[in-house]
Amino acid sequence: MQALSIQQLRKQYKNGFEAVRGIDLTVEPGDFFALLGPNGAGKSTTIGIICGLINKTSGAVQVFGHDIDRAPDAAKRQLGLVPQEFNFNVFEPIRDVVINQAGYYGIGRVKAKARTEHYLRQLGLWDKRGASAQELSGGMKRRLMIARALVHEPQVLILDEPTAGVDIEIRRAMWTFLQTINKEAGITIILTTHYLEEAESLCNNVAIINQGKIVEQGRVSELLGRASAETFVLDVSTPITGALTIPDYRVSVLSDQQLEIEVARGQGLNALFESLSAANVQVDSLRNKTNRLEEFFIRLVK
Amino acid sequence: MQTIVPPAINSLLYMVIFGTLIGSQIADMEGFRYIEYIVPGIIMMSVITNSYGNVVASFYSTKFQRNVEELLVSPVHNLFILAGYVAGGVLRGFAVGCLVAVVSLLFTELTIHSLWQTFSIMLLTSILFSLGGFINAVYAKSFDDISIIPNFVLTPLTYLGGIFYSIRLLPEFWQGVSLLNPVLYMINGFRQGVLGESDISLGVAYAVICAFIGLFGFWAMKLLNQGVGLKD
Ligand SMILES: Nc1ncnc2c1ncn2[C@@H]1O[C@H](COP(=O)(O)OP(=O)(O)OP(=O)(O)O)[C@@H](O)[C@H]1O
Ligand SMILES: [Mg+2]
Repeated sequence: MQALSIQQLRKQYKNGFEAVRGIDLTVEPGDFFALLGPNGAGKSTTIGIICGLINKTSGAVQVFGHDIDRAPDAAKRQLGLVPQEFNFNVFEPIRDVVINQAGYYGIGRVKAKARTEHYLRQLGLWDKRGASAQELSGGMKRRLMIARALVHEPQVLILDEPTAGVDIEIRRAMWTFLQTINKEAGITIILTTHYLEEAESLCNNVAIINQGKIVEQGRVSELLGRASAETFVLDVSTPITGALTIPDYRVSVLSDQQLEIEVARGQGLNALFESLSAANVQVDSLRNKTNRLEEFFIRLVK
Repeated sequence: MQTIVPPAINSLLYMVIFGTLIGSQIADMEGFRYIEYIVPGIIMMSVITNSYGNVVASFYSTKFQRNVEELLVSPVHNLFILAGYVAGGVLRGFAVGCLVAVVSLLFTELTIHSLWQTFSIMLLTSILFSLGGFINAVYAKSFDDISIIPNFVLTPLTYLGGIFYSIRLLPEFWQGVSLLNPVLYMINGFRQGVLGESDISLGVAYAVICAFIGLFGFWAMKLLNQGVGLKD
């Protein structure tokens, strides 16, 4: 049975805008899944519908086989949501935020307290337990939302841009945490992100959504393989004067000390370096212009 | 504390100004001293405005801060959500109502004719206005929207509901019009519970309040189930 299954999902907002236009999506249990898309693509809308925050216009959604219309309670029990926007009572001590959330799932007080402590500790917030949410930094608030989403121990954790505005160190720590609960507790994770590097290093499967439609879906490795070309930026130590032609590669001279070269899939770099050596160009360094998923993504949503 | 004391001060002022200062110049009303006559109305007014005000403000701010989403993602039933807010409104209404009753002892003796009737009318009224506050909050899109109804609907209805006068003092036509005001039944029902004297029949008072509770309860549940103002 799929962790998440969506058929022909549509959402038209009251102002007439169609944010989601017939999405089909499946996520296998235990998967680490990325939903990628530019601003306004319909990611948050889709997630809102799955979690019961937004009414859909048509289509169907099942979470571990529980239809969100026919068995909303069963579906909701399987789901934990970390929304894009902060949504807690900012005056309440954060420990109460998490304990109360457990209460909404019918978890008894004693168990709720124990779990709250467990997750707040895991997310590095236990020292702040008495503070109210308004006293937390942005990154802490994100982690609080993760703790709150896990307190009823859902099977599926959905995170809408969990690492937006989070510094690198904490982002890495969050990645490790998510990978751990994915591997060890077997929790299915679905996340949206604007950092494609994040999707590339964390996720197994990805769907790319643009203007309310899924434009591509598959294994991350497979999509990367399908990326037809890769662009490299080369810094050279000898200024380039005059025209530089390198057979079989598309070269553009960015400045007299910087080149941009597009390398087609399977083309390799050896011939490139032979030509550069022959032209007496000293290469100091070489790097990807963007990461590969990013390039693929940009091409798709253009 | 800061939520129940200010409304009580408000009522204290009513009692001082209307009850003691002006009231001393006024003849008995329906056989009671004026202050005695208006105290039940003033208690009810504070129950009504505080039940309503508590629910409209707390649900609107939950919506505004978006923490209503904590409830929406969880399997809590809409009926429980509604019951929770109504319970909050009733508690607040009662707390203020009791405080006002205590304050009124400074001005008059409060001998309660029928405790059961007083209690039940107060409870039903605060349930009704808590529901009203909830519905108002569901529709509200701004902070202005949560003060319009209290100011332009609730206040006139309570003032015209016979807090300060018996409708028998009104010309016949206006008596008829007053009977269309549901708040009249609550205030008079409550007053009769306290004084044992009323402008209207008790059965009608209970029927009107219960009918409105049914109507508002149904309305509020429908809004919640459809997710109006929350999920669209
Ligand atoms: N309540 C609403 N009423 C009308 N239109 C809306 C509403 N909420 C979102 N939209 C529109 O729907 C589209 C999709 O929005 P959504 O929030 O789902 O995008 P997103 O993919 O999450 O974007 P981002 O990456 O910026 O978070 C946008 O064009 C947005 O303007
Ligand atoms: Mg979004």
